[in-house]
Amino acid sequence: MGFLYALIALGYTMVYGVLKLINFAHDAVFALGAVSTWYIFGELFGIDTPKTGLVLVITVLAVLIVGGLFSGGVAVALERVAYRPLRKRNAARLSYLISAIGASFFVTYLLQQDFLPFLTGPGPRQFPNIVSAAQDAFSFELLNVRVTTPRMLVVVGALICFLVLDRLINKTTTGRSIRALSEDPVAAQLMGVNVDKVIIMTFFIGGVFGGIAGALYGILFGTIAWNIGFIPGVKAFTAAVLGGIGNIRGAMLGGLLLGLIENMSTVCIGSEWKNVVAFTVLPLVLIFRPTGIMGERIGG
Amino acid sequence: MAMTGVPTRKSAPETLRSHLDRNYPRLSQKLPDTFVTPANVAFQGWRKLGYFRYLLAAILMATIPYLMDNDIFPILQGGYGINILFTTGYWILLTLGLSVVVGLAGLLDLGYVAFFMLGAYTTALMTDSGSPDQWHLVTWSPWLVLPFAVIMALVAGFVLGVPTLRLRGDYLAIVTLGFHEIVRQSVNNLTITNGSRGIAQIPSPVIDLPFYYQEFGLDAEYYWWFLLIPAILGAVLMIKHLDNSRVGRYWSAIREDEVAASAMGVPVTKMKVLAFMIGASVSGVAGWIYAIKIGYIAPNSFPLLQSILVLCAVVIGGLGSISGAVLGAILVVTLPEIVRELSGGDEIFGFSIEAGRIAIFGALLILVMIYRPGGLLAAKRRRTELQEAGAADGVVVAEDPGAHVKTRDADLWDDRKKGEH
Repeated sequence: MGFLYALIALGYTMVYGVLKLINFAHDAVFALGAVSTWYIFGELFGIDTPKTGLVLVITVLAVLIVGGLFSGGVAVALERVAYRPLRKRNAARLSYLISAIGASFFVTYLLQQDFLPFLTGPGPRQFPNIVSAAQDAFSFELLNVRVTTPRMLVVVGALICFLVLDRLINKTTTGRSIRALSEDPVAAQLMGVNVDKVIIMTFFIGGVFGGIAGALYGILFGTIAWNIGFIPGVKAFTAAVLGGIGNIRGAMLGGLLLGLIENMSTVCIGSEWKNVVAFTVLPLVLIFRPTGIMGERIGG
Repeated sequence: MAMTGVPTRKSAPETLRSHLDRNYPRLSQKLPDTFVTPANVAFQGWRKLGYFRYLLAAILMATIPYLMDNDIFPILQGGYGINILFTTGYWILLTLGLSVVVGLAGLLDLGYVAFFMLGAYTTALMTDSGSPDQWHLVTWSPWLVLPFAVIMALVAGFVLGVPTLRLRGDYLAIVTLGFHEIVRQSVNNLTITNGSRGIAQIPSPVIDLPFYYQEFGLDAEYYWWFLLIPAILGAVLMIKHLDNSRVGRYWSAIREDEVAASAMGVPVTKMKVLAFMIGASVSGVAGWIYAIKIGYIAPNSFPLLQSILVLCAVVIGGLGSISGAVLGAILVVTLPEIVRELSGGDEIFGFSIEAGRIAIFGALLILVMIYRPGGLLAAKRRRTELQEAGAADGVVVAEDPGAHVKTRDADLWDDRKKGEH
């Protein structure tokens, strides 16, 4: 779960790093990642049997790419509808927040409807059973924890995403413009950075990772619903703040830490208190490190 | 420019036109004189009433149950109307309290309903509620419990505020959001609060108004409405006085520039905690009323979404303006219901309007923020501040609106000072 939080937290932290505002619509983007893959693979292609070997790898890759691209596209559309008009009007930060909440409501409750085939409707839906989580499949015990294929997949997928993103931000031209914009928007503009383009890129990258997280969520838990985004969204935002919002490595660290804290408290105190513990740790960390564990710089 | 109604002498009584110019300039430009002139008489009379305005408002509000019970608003009859009236009432209290925190002191609080929850649960645990084997602190009458509900909310505001209010805006947002979740989950897990089953049969106080009931021929119970009227008007009065006092000026200094404020000797943390506590106390009263009216509370009555919706209501209505907060609450509560009434179960391309009304509400939120970024009834001073804040923080600064904004702001302050003498 920690890796999933970390993946979603990336979306929050990237938008925060560049625009200095909380993207409250990111939970909807995450949910769309799961819903789109459910529809395309489960309903259109009708894939419902566990795969093995190379076919498995290809299917999983396809699922993740579709989920990522779809969510990235939606994130860009949301930026276009809910953020850009406000940016052009120099609105206050609170206006962005409310507008993003509005966008989130719109998408989430649209998913709750069922007038179009790709909306989930009010009930939970079965995610295509691509990866077998059965006991006889690939699985082993590590420190009393059963490691199954879906769980391995989440860990590996998330790690690859981190590496890709870290390289992207620190080594490429796009990454350099994103970092420039987050450090000094005016200077970046003067140096010829196309602000609109970079912001779209930021939303797209954040959305892609949110979508991948959504698809992984579907693979991991097997069922999805219209409102899966809300709680992981809040948790991931907490994780982003914990690690230092605006900092990509911080988001990864914060996500893992939050997952760890939750599981530890489940073991030590009981699963019903895990949210309380997670949200109590946050202010404690913030009191001693007011900008999160790793500070606010977006790059490494 | 429609500046025709502005008096040349400052000592003349304020006209409606100048009031509109000052607070709602865009609205003022659109209104023709033929509309403003007759309304002006009523406006000046209203202004002259002073504190009797609140009495008049109370009387007007007291007639609402009569209107509802006698077919004047047929839609609002029966349990449905009572529900809407009550929900609107306590939402107004919530938005008023939150507008102190967000609108006046400029602190982003995403967990405001936590205080509401604490007020409600304090009420439940200190009255003779639930089954006899249910754990109680004491079993007092609801009237005695009211101060304790408020104190509980105040203490919670203090406990949350002291460590966290040193944090910057966005961190404060997530910590308060976490606070809501901490309170909700604790209530959900503790045995003394009866866990997720909640507490039922919370007693309600008896307010016997035989004259009122006989005269207007009411049969339903409206005692809660006579608790909400003084609570709402009291909150309005308190906020108005705070805003125009030294505390209010401290708050606006903190909101505009915290560092500069503390350099000028404003006790920043103290004032922030004060704002938190005042907001929390209003919410505690709302929780008390909620508990005794509904009679049943459970952790699921206070979802995280409600905290966010209250914030939406405050921002839609207009930050820092009292009428805005009231309007925001009314809109957020009644808009989904109005949409439901108007649609009457119609479907557009299979899209059921009734079921999708929250999606429509989301779209409306975006539209309001795009076309009225300061909220529907933003006071002029707040709106200029918002624009400045946007210009300071925004990525793309097309032109600096600061120059003329500042002069308008300064004019306003001059007006206020002259008005006070």
